[in-house]
Amino acid sequence: MSEKTYLQAISDGLREEMRRDKRVFVIGEDIGVYGGAFKVTLGFQEEFGAWRVIDAPLSETAIIGGCTGAAIMGMRPVAEMQFADFISCAWDQLVTVAAKQRWRAGTPVPITVRLPSGGGFSGGPFHSQNPESSFAHIPGLKVICPATPEDAKGLLASAIQDPNPCLYFEHKHLYRRIKAEVPDERYETPFGKARVHQEGDDLTVITWGAMVYTAEEAAQQLNDDGVSVEILDLRTLVPWDKQAVLESVRKTSKVLVLHEDTHTGGFGGEIAATIAEEAFEDLDAPVKRLTAPDTPVPFSPQLEKAFIPQVEDVVASLRNLAEY
Amino acid sequence: MAIREAEPLGSLREVKEAGLDREDLLGVYRNMVITRGIEERGHILYKQGKIPGSFYTGRGNEASAVGVATAMGPNDVGTPLHRDMGVHVTRGVEPWRIFAQYMGRYDGPTHGRDGNVHMADSNLGLIAMVSHLPAMLPVAVGCALAFRIRDESRVAVGWYGEGASARGDAHEAMNFAGVRQLPVVFICDNNQWAYSTPAHLEYACEHLADRAQAYGFEGVVVDGTDVLAVYRETKRAIEKARAGGGPTLIESLTLRMEGHAVHDDAFYVPKEMFEEWAKNDPIERFRTWLYQHAELTEGEEDEISAGVKKLLNDALSRAEESPLPDPAKLADGVYATPEDLDTPHHK
Repeated sequence: MSEKTYLQAISDGLREEMRRDKRVFVIGEDIGVYGGAFKVTLGFQEEFGAWRVIDAPLSETAIIGGCTGAAIMGMRPVAEMQFADFISCAWDQLVTVAAKQRWRAGTPVPITVRLPSGGGFSGGPFHSQNPESSFAHIPGLKVICPATPEDAKGLLASAIQDPNPCLYFEHKHLYRRIKAEVPDERYETPFGKARVHQEGDDLTVITWGAMVYTAEEAAQQLNDDGVSVEILDLRTLVPWDKQAVLESVRKTSKVLVLHEDTHTGGFGGEIAATIAEEAFEDLDAPVKRLTAPDTPVPFSPQLEKAFIPQVEDVVASLRNLAEY
Repeated sequence: MAIREAEPLGSLREVKEAGLDREDLLGVYRNMVITRGIEERGHILYKQGKIPGSFYTGRGNEASAVGVATAMGPNDVGTPLHRDMGVHVTRGVEPWRIFAQYMGRYDGPTHGRDGNVHMADSNLGLIAMVSHLPAMLPVAVGCALAFRIRDESRVAVGWYGEGASARGDAHEAMNFAGVRQLPVVFICDNNQWAYSTPAHLEYACEHLADRAQAYGFEGVVVDGTDVLAVYRETKRAIEKARAGGGPTLIESLTLRMEGHAVHDDAFYVPKEMFEEWAKNDPIERFRTWLYQHAELTEGEEDEISAGVKKLLNDALSRAEESPLPDPAKLADGVYATPEDLDTPHHK
């Protein structure tokens, strides 16, 4: 084990996959000579050469479509979107081509798309989004949202080896802020298995990505009130661990679904609906959702704080639930 | 590196030099006849109510499709479109499976999950198209990228039309292919009509092949009703790409001889245009050439016609016996399993 930042864990995981599997290559804007906008691929081109660490033109469609073709030809491409927001440019290639190819034509498309997502830095409407829910709605895509350095490495290895198009949302606010022990050896973290971030008895928070830590801080305050909060980190949205969610609901009977993505049509709605369908009798309170509001991500720090769920927002929601 | 307008077909000797002997030529002719025969029978099936949804043909494009596919090597790959049935036929897809595809039966290449020419047999080096044109161009470029990374002497062929030339995917694909000089050949099936929209409302340059120069590679305009000219130009482009010479854009000029799909009578296409291009029917044209330059005999022609007729009749019967897909299996295979990667490409 060694202590690593979330960013270092992604970088090390990716390098390890490239060393052990010659089919893996990376492609994106400014990822070679510059090492990527966030330096995840720093030093990669020196080690692997310019044909496995490919500086692409500003062409998200060509990057994702190119990865699809290369994957069908037996490669294991890893594309970097400079910001998750830019994946909209390649929507067609992902949603129309890659996602449907296995089902309709029998051709698997094993690609991984790395998507630096999330706000908190005044990135404004186009450098801060969490578009995971849009893609969770598309049959054929897998959606991965690691929260810890250990998961960041293990889920990336799983994504690269998975025979499907995998969207790997790496939260920018975790890159250098979160440090933790990461196993030195190679391992794959399975999809669809939630992680209990902390155990609790009275309330459950279901979340993923950076909100895991917001929930953790809020839970500490609730703990001071004598309320014990369980935090479930889903890790992957497609597939998602329904079993773990229902188990936690049965244990605490009060649930907050928390995400940084916007409200309407957010993945939290799917979780809440499933709980209502399958664990209604176990509930002692209506399922509560806390999400970003239905607006674009604002620029000014004052506004952005009002957009992204803050610790005090989570505390207030949890207290409401506790008192219900 | 201005564009070049390809010369018309030549003598048997010239064709031999380009790589086709007399036997091959008869095979090319047969593939064109099969292609048209499949689509003509498709029309009948449609009118009989046996084809759900709509039905698309490539009448007038048989020479272009068969010519390009004949020039491809066995390990080359391609992403043919809805006017390119001749590519599937030439690469070896059995006609009965195509009829099963039309009718939404289990034995079609997509097992009833997708229709008409939305199909491909990956074992034959083809990748199934989507409706969003030209979304397959970046995919073809990606195949070429894989070949370049692995240093293989294989080439990818990507198709699009003059309508799809107006979309950004074409630009991104060609730009990236040009920047990296990837082994890919772009075939523009310019049939002059995108549904009801004429070519002059799709692009403002004289030839779409003119654009190749802007991407840093060669552009060629070829008469798409001349199977041998299409073959020769494609062969040249493929061998150039194989040798590391980068991409080529081949604009293959034809006229779409029917409506966009079976429901469309193409009233918007001037009658004179159809009459003019009917004189250049690709199959008639090649048959005449075979008589004049390759000593095709009536006996041989009859033998080919009879053989194709039997092939397609048998194919139809077999396709009609193919079971309907099982609704209980609808959700199978949305996600691939590791075993699915056990294909020739992925091994």
